[in-house]
Amino acid sequence: MRDVAVVGFEQSPCVRREQNRNEVEVLVPVLRALREQTGVAGADCDFICSGSSDYLAGQSFAFVSGLDAVGAWPPVSESHVEMDGAWALYEAWVKIQMGQAETALVYGFGKPSMGDLPMTMALQLDPYCVMPLWPDAISMAGLQARHCLDAGVLTEREMAAAAARDRRHAMQNSNAQLRWDRSVDEILAEPYLANPLRKSDCAPISDGASAILLAAGDRAREICERPAWIRGIEHICEPIDLGVRDLGRSRSTQIAAEKAGVGSGKIDVAELSAPFTHQEILVERALGLSLDSSSQTVVNPSGGALAGNPLMAVGLSRIGECASRIFSGEADRGVAHATSGPCLQQNLICVLEGE
Amino acid sequence: MSDRQMDGDKPSEHDEDVTLLRVPVSLDYDYSAGVSASRFLRGIEQGKLLGQRCPVDGRVYFPSRGSCPQHAVTFGDETVDLSDKGTIVTFSIVRVPSANIPLELPYIAVNVVLDGADTILMHVLDANPEDVHMGMRVQAVWKPREEWTTSTANILYFRAIDEPDADYDQYKEHI
Amino acid sequence: MAELTAVVGIGQTKYEAKRLDLSMPGLVRDAAEKALVDADCSWADIDAVILGKAPDLFEGVMMPELFLNEALGGAYKPMLRVHTAGSVGGSTAIVAASMVQSGVHDRVLCVAFEKQSESNAIWALTISAPFSLATVAGAGGYFAPLVRGYIRRSGAPEDTGIRVAVKDRENALRNPLAHLRLEDISFDLVANSPMLWDPIRYLETCPSSDGACALVLENESLASKRSNKLAWIHATEMRSEPTMFSGRDQVMPQATLDNAKNLYKKAGITKPREEIDCAEIYVPFSWFEPMWMEGMLITEPNQGWKMTYEGATALDGDFPVNMSGGVLSSNPIGASGLIRFAEAARQVRGIAGEHQVDGARKALGHAYGGGSQYFSTWIVDSAKP
Repeated sequence: MRDVAVVGFEQSPCVRREQNRNEVEVLVPVLRALREQTGVAGADCDFICSGSSDYLAGQSFAFVSGLDAVGAWPPVSESHVEMDGAWALYEAWVKIQMGQAETALVYGFGKPSMGDLPMTMALQLDPYCVMPLWPDAISMAGLQARHCLDAGVLTEREMAAAAARDRRHAMQNSNAQLRWDRSVDEILAEPYLANPLRKSDCAPISDGASAILLAAGDRAREICERPAWIRGIEHICEPIDLGVRDLGRSRSTQIAAEKAGVGSGKIDVAELSAPFTHQEILVERALGLSLDSSSQTVVNPSGGALAGNPLMAVGLSRIGECASRIFSGEADRGVAHATSGPCLQQNLICVLEGE
Repeated sequence: MSDRQMDGDKPSEHDEDVTLLRVPVSLDYDYSAGVSASRFLRGIEQGKLLGQRCPVDGRVYFPSRGSCPQHAVTFGDETVDLSDKGTIVTFSIVRVPSANIPLELPYIAVNVVLDGADTILMHVLDANPEDVHMGMRVQAVWKPREEWTTSTANILYFRAIDEPDADYDQYKEHI
Repeated sequence: MAELTAVVGIGQTKYEAKRLDLSMPGLVRDAAEKALVDADCSWADIDAVILGKAPDLFEGVMMPELFLNEALGGAYKPMLRVHTAGSVGGSTAIVAASMVQSGVHDRVLCVAFEKQSESNAIWALTISAPFSLATVAGAGGYFAPLVRGYIRRSGAPEDTGIRVAVKDRENALRNPLAHLRLEDISFDLVANSPMLWDPIRYLETCPSSDGACALVLENESLASKRSNKLAWIHATEMRSEPTMFSGRDQVMPQATLDNAKNLYKKAGITKPREEIDCAEIYVPFSWFEPMWMEGMLITEPNQGWKMTYEGATALDGDFPVNMSGGVLSSNPIGASGLIRFAEAARQVRGIAGEHQVDGARKALGHAYGGGSQYFSTWIVDSAKP
């Protein structure tokens, strides 16, 4: 395999609602900043890949306008996934592996605030038997959390601890949306939103965009002083039906993590995209990260998805947040996670290393 | 909005296959026009047609989306006032109904380049289908002033004006 | 460095206006199972599933690959969903091929589908967004003015589009899977069909179809063990440009010209019209055959209509185009591009049945989408590169 690295990362601040700017207007400054950071213009990249969702935008072909932000002229070699930008990064990484590109621009963007997000997400479910019941995304996650609690997989206190940790970390991250310091007991005193989930157990609804530049071998070293080399990147999808999955673990995360080689060295930093606290705990366990405080892994130093959740960009941002800490020398080895589908149906794991 | 139009069979006897079910979907969205389009729409609310100039090649975009798709630069705040007269660069006579288009059939869909602009506006023409042709000079017909809102629908349609056709070479790059 | 990759399995559903006998999972599974049978392998032999389709609003399911995971044997496997507008079927094949060419996977399943009967495509394409007067009625409304621009520019005779439609509809009579099979097809039948989006007539447009198409792609070490004829991928290419900018040539976009040049360079082709034996081109409105003959550099600018006129693109012509009947005869939108790629592969494998071009060895598969701004193409050959 070729050595491919993340060599640049930019994001817009995660906000509850981009009141005035449309998607292209959110994306343009992100791509401009990435160009300034790396010295490489998006349109000059050998390959470009993006992730977005028509249902979040409320219209068909929402991704087409993204090309306006890139300045795709002369015409570019380009593709799009109807998935989080983390999977767009995977496609771009494959393209570089093929030897058809040395550099690739990857971006993801979404404005979930435009619609009723939990209800929109119901349209992911089986359209014949499940979706007509309109189970919203929070209720679906609540079913999983209830299973985890009743099966003794985890406790509400552990969930609250995850909620508190991520928002406390986010106080150091000016791009995060939820930034606060509350005790576990304060969180446990909150009323239930969708029993057993409290509001603090849920990721916020966020608008935003992020972008990453990938480069191979020596080109990566030219662009970035300390590239974040991709040592493993894998993704796995489970069946959608909750009845055929073990909801008390994230088997797809575990398979992807094993294939990506997460366990073959010390992990300094982990950035997780789980939108609910119990899911974050399941992902931590699937990655083999220890939960006790003596663990050397810093989980979600940015605050993770629980502090800022711009769908279609949030997974890509986790890879970027992880890479940033390798750029700066804060970390030598990290793991980033992205997810899609109800109750952690589909998961992507990316292992990054500095030299 | 609503979709999943699955009209057809009535609920069937239970010894028959279910081949269709009807599941109406309705989702509401709050669109943001965007900073640049808002400026354009505030203009059209006042009956003004505001374009924006690309700082790289000087070309005037109307309607403007705030940045140049070719050069990836932002346009800034400056606007260019445009005439409501223009030239039809190409057109189609539409005889297909569409649920979202409130026009009687047939109607004439036109790509118009306004005088002073360097991009096309898609709109409709009020004319006999036999008379429409490329290069035709046209002018906007506006709704009554009291009905103006932040929408290109303030222009009811375009209508032919008594000017000689534009020369093909003048507008061919906009096709 | 790229692994050689071959198309070893091809499956297609019967294309119809309404496949009431199949759900969405049933539809994709039907195509996938046929591809597996053709490839003589089982679900367990597949390393990853790549799914493509056009906008989610067409069926009212958000990211339908999630609920189709099991139907496609994708449980606990990698699954990727591609969406690049109308070119998506082609792009899906290219992304799937890259998974093998990169050495990441050995054997992948590539599927594209559309079940248009479960929603309303014209509605999904013409959502009444605020702030503007909706005037563009579906894809035909968008493309008809461009067709008029082509006619003006090329001086093509007005009946060129009719001739393309007659040719493709005659070809469809040789393809048992085609949706529209008009036994009484004639020049007059097309000429007298209603004008929908002037200058485009009813029988010059594509239908709305339900259907799915699937491919099994394999690396060289696996494919070389096979004794049957395969379709080896010689080159793939994708090019995109923005929808609208000042002076954009929408009739003959730079992206199609760049796509063609790069594709032929990768495939080592210098004289495409002579070296390529046949082509499946994305022609949703008949006039796009002459337009893309120029756009794919098969002929000189403004000369594409002559190929139609001279019969060059007919099944027995020197450059047969859309032997299967093309998009004009079957149009499950998200799958339409993949069907072009699959039919090109069938030709070089010599398994195209009644619409086989004798001795075809090298074929072009083509798809485009958006406002004539996304292009994806491949060259397949019966011999290894």
